[in-house]
Amino acid sequence: MSVGPFVDVDAGPSRARPAAGPSVAFHHHRGAWPPPRVEAWRPEDGREEKNVAIEVRGLSKKYGSFQAVNDVSFEVESGKLVALLGPSGSGKSTILRTIAGLESADSGSVMLTGEDATDLPVQQRGVGFVFQHYALFRHMTIRDNIGFGLKIRGVPRAEARRRVDELLDLIQLGGYANRYPSQLSGGQRQRVALARALAPRPKVLLLDEPFGALDAKVRDELRTWLRRLHDEVHVTSLFVTHDQREAFEVSDQIVVLAEGRVRQIGPPQTLYEQPADPFVAGFLGAINVLPLRSLKAGSVGGGPEEWLDMPPAEHAEAYVRPHDLDVFAARDGKPYWPARVERITPLGGVVRLDLRIAPEHPLYIEVPRDRSNGVGFATGDEVYVCPRHINIYDRVRGSFDPVDVHRAIGLSLESGAGI
Amino acid sequence: MPPDLEPEPTAAPLAFELPLKGREEASGWGRRLLIAAVLAWFAILILVPGAALVRQAFAKGWQPLAAALIDPEVRRVFALSLGLAAVATAVNTVFGIAMALVLVRQRFFGRTLIDGVVDLPFAVSPIVAGLMLIVLYGPESPIGGWLDARGIQVIYALPGMVLATTFVTVPFVVRELAPILRELGEEYEQAAHTLGAGRWRTFWSVTLPSIRWGVAYGVTLTVGRCLGEFGAVLVVSGNVIGQTQTATLYIADGVESFHPEGAYAASLVLAAASFVLLVGMDALRHRLEGAREVTS
Amino acid sequence: MEAGSIFSRRRPSPELLLRGAGLSYLGVMVVLPLLAMAWQATAPGPAAFWAAVTEPYAWHALKLTFLTAFVMMAVGAVTGTATAWVLVRYEFPGRGLVNALIDLPFAVPTVVTGVMLVALYGPDSVVGAILADAGWKVIYDQPGIILALLFVTYPFVIRSVQPVLLAMDRAEEEAAATLGAGPCATFFQVVLPSLWPSILTGSALAFSRALGEYGSVVMVAGNQPLLTRTAPIHVFGEIESGNRHGALAVSAVLLAASLLILVALHALQRRGEARDAS
Repeated sequence: MSVGPFVDVDAGPSRARPAAGPSVAFHHHRGAWPPPRVEAWRPEDGREEKNVAIEVRGLSKKYGSFQAVNDVSFEVESGKLVALLGPSGSGKSTILRTIAGLESADSGSVMLTGEDATDLPVQQRGVGFVFQHYALFRHMTIRDNIGFGLKIRGVPRAEARRRVDELLDLIQLGGYANRYPSQLSGGQRQRVALARALAPRPKVLLLDEPFGALDAKVRDELRTWLRRLHDEVHVTSLFVTHDQREAFEVSDQIVVLAEGRVRQIGPPQTLYEQPADPFVAGFLGAINVLPLRSLKAGSVGGGPEEWLDMPPAEHAEAYVRPHDLDVFAARDGKPYWPARVERITPLGGVVRLDLRIAPEHPLYIEVPRDRSNGVGFATGDEVYVCPRHINIYDRVRGSFDPVDVHRAIGLSLESGAGI
Repeated sequence: MPPDLEPEPTAAPLAFELPLKGREEASGWGRRLLIAAVLAWFAILILVPGAALVRQAFAKGWQPLAAALIDPEVRRVFALSLGLAAVATAVNTVFGIAMALVLVRQRFFGRTLIDGVVDLPFAVSPIVAGLMLIVLYGPESPIGGWLDARGIQVIYALPGMVLATTFVTVPFVVRELAPILRELGEEYEQAAHTLGAGRWRTFWSVTLPSIRWGVAYGVTLTVGRCLGEFGAVLVVSGNVIGQTQTATLYIADGVESFHPEGAYAASLVLAAASFVLLVGMDALRHRLEGAREVTS
Repeated sequence: MEAGSIFSRRRPSPELLLRGAGLSYLGVMVVLPLLAMAWQATAPGPAAFWAAVTEPYAWHALKLTFLTAFVMMAVGAVTGTATAWVLVRYEFPGRGLVNALIDLPFAVPTVVTGVMLVALYGPDSVVGAILADAGWKVIYDQPGIILALLFVTYPFVIRSVQPVLLAMDRAEEEAAATLGAGPCATFFQVVLPSLWPSILTGSALAFSRALGEYGSVVMVAGNQPLLTRTAPIHVFGEIESGNRHGALAVSAVLLAASLLILVALHALQRRGEARDAS
């Protein structure tokens, strides 16, 4: 795929590490950064395999009467790239800024690479911070921007110059060293901001909505690039985003936040498949929520009880992803749900079907284009729907219960897809 | 690969972005010191002299102050000041609006130069402005001589004072309106044209109402400056007591010579007037900013 | 503009009429007096002009004017920047009041300014007496001139810097902090470079105003040749005593200096806009 001119960061032989090579310099200087392979490294204090770079404990912050952050705790392993994901107002930026020391919490603590940093001023925390709107120094050249942190720390001139050159190569902007930020595109500016944050070899890298101000296309390119860069330099990174797609694409681990609280922590796919609560289920991707009882009442046979071990609880709801549903033209005696096609929207690779399922529930389905072509539905058609995978949510217990519908009704995948 | 994810309808924004205020810097002492220094400077330079004026004016109580103010001489100088301000403001408002329209809505050769010329009176010392008028309209000049022969005296008479007051206040209305007109854009006027309104009609019912607060602000600035003008009027007036003496000239005379009570009283009145104008300007600025937010 | 043919007419277009009226007004009001003065000032030739300017009283008046304006500018740049910073960045009691009263020196007539300053610091006042005991003569001396200039130019730098500070992205300062820069380094290396153009603009306007200031200065400084006689006071004296040419020569110098500043500011702004355009 084409990802722009800068994607070949790791295309060269430097990939075969940890042998010598230009980019190896990142790991050997001063030892401020964790080594490339986390598994290969053991901390000297004999702590267990897991080496925590950022540890947040019981963080709370109020703005007036508004509880921005409410008892938040999580940790980030060394060398990992973790996303703080949540809607705006969920407190994610506040948490990130508190870790950086740009803001102070009302209570709670922040540990950076094992040291208590809660009361450390921002200058001494050794974090790299990337801002949403770049925050490059307008009156300085690109070179001076990247070298700022080194100059402040009194790094000898020659060494600083070498380091800046290294980073300019890394961000593929070697020819732009003497330009000013206003002469660069948004994507280029953000790469400079990243290089500037990396220059003093921070313990951790914090990114606040780093791609939020960019065009969709540049954003995609830069995401891919950031992921590859991280695979190469392995600095522990924590980034804030409200875009679940971004979090999925880039991160090893996601911390989902809402209303100042942590909702769930885990690898992206786990969160997607086993959400802890309805908020996480809904926030990580489109999902249909169907009350099971009304489904049962409205369907002609083939109610959910046919594929559940036990009858659903009084107020149970079924959570189904749009692509976890199959559509059939005929029932063939199977326990499918009858529905009516209300609208068909081709979306390039997939076709979106808006259905209405008995008696009054909208249902939104996505099917690959070729398959929907084969079926040839039209608006108003009567169709039959069968989920492959649903999550039953029990409101009373507040827990999810995943059900593999195909196995439950004895279908094989082939028969489900075989229209 | 992550699964296909659509823009998510259920993830509606829950709350506003956080206010950035209340983020305090750590070094409280440096901040307090700086605030104290700035306030002290403000007090020494602005507040305390103002208070000193009030104290001086009331030094002998109410009666002398009131007596000074109802003195016919004082009433005459204020009447003259107000008259001059009225004429100069009227002229500069009409032509200022025209000039702003020309500068913003028209493209012609030399426009940038004209734009700079508008600012010239700001760069000219009031004394020099008065001198200019003497050179141009004085009895020894061709124009002055021509007018003199027809019995019209400009310099050392009222027309010269009007000219001087007008000269120093030329830029105010133009400078206030030009950015507002630019920001407004031509679309409203064009919309009125497409709806069949003629130019005159468009100006009165579309353009002028949209810039009215800007006009008001410019007029306030102009009036304030007119009332306070001293140097230029001093040079061209000849300062004939009882005839061409304005309030500011009266004050200067009074302090230097015979009736300081009257000078202090008149100063107090002028200072109070400028304070009222300032409050009015502040209110107008809020209006202007409010209007700007609505249009944008 | 000539697209104004929505109503095609044979008469001169309303645009042209408007432009004619506006330009004539400007021509009569501003350009004509200026040209008349320029003509009269240069008519006697460069040697006479030079002699008039370097004549001891005129020369001293010009020197004093530029010197006091420079001192005022230096003090005003620092205090004005500090005041704008405090008003924008800090919450404190009285902030709204101070902010509203910043423009007071623009509104108060200059003569009244002079009266105020004399009332406070003059020899008959309490403060003036204390200052005199300490050996400081403010009023009717050169420090008084600077004081008056500081008063009348008080708002320039503040009003020029304030909007820039308000619009400034705090993230730049935060970025500097995360990179290890303390408050001082951040201010001088990150904030100040962005403020320079606005400080310069405000200071230059203040300087230009100070060159021409008459009302407050004459009240505060009196009219003592070779001591407190600034160029505008000198010009007025020459007009009164009938020395038209001396007055014109010094006026021309003042005017040329002010115009130079105005042109330079325009150029600076043009360059600034070009840099921020992309």
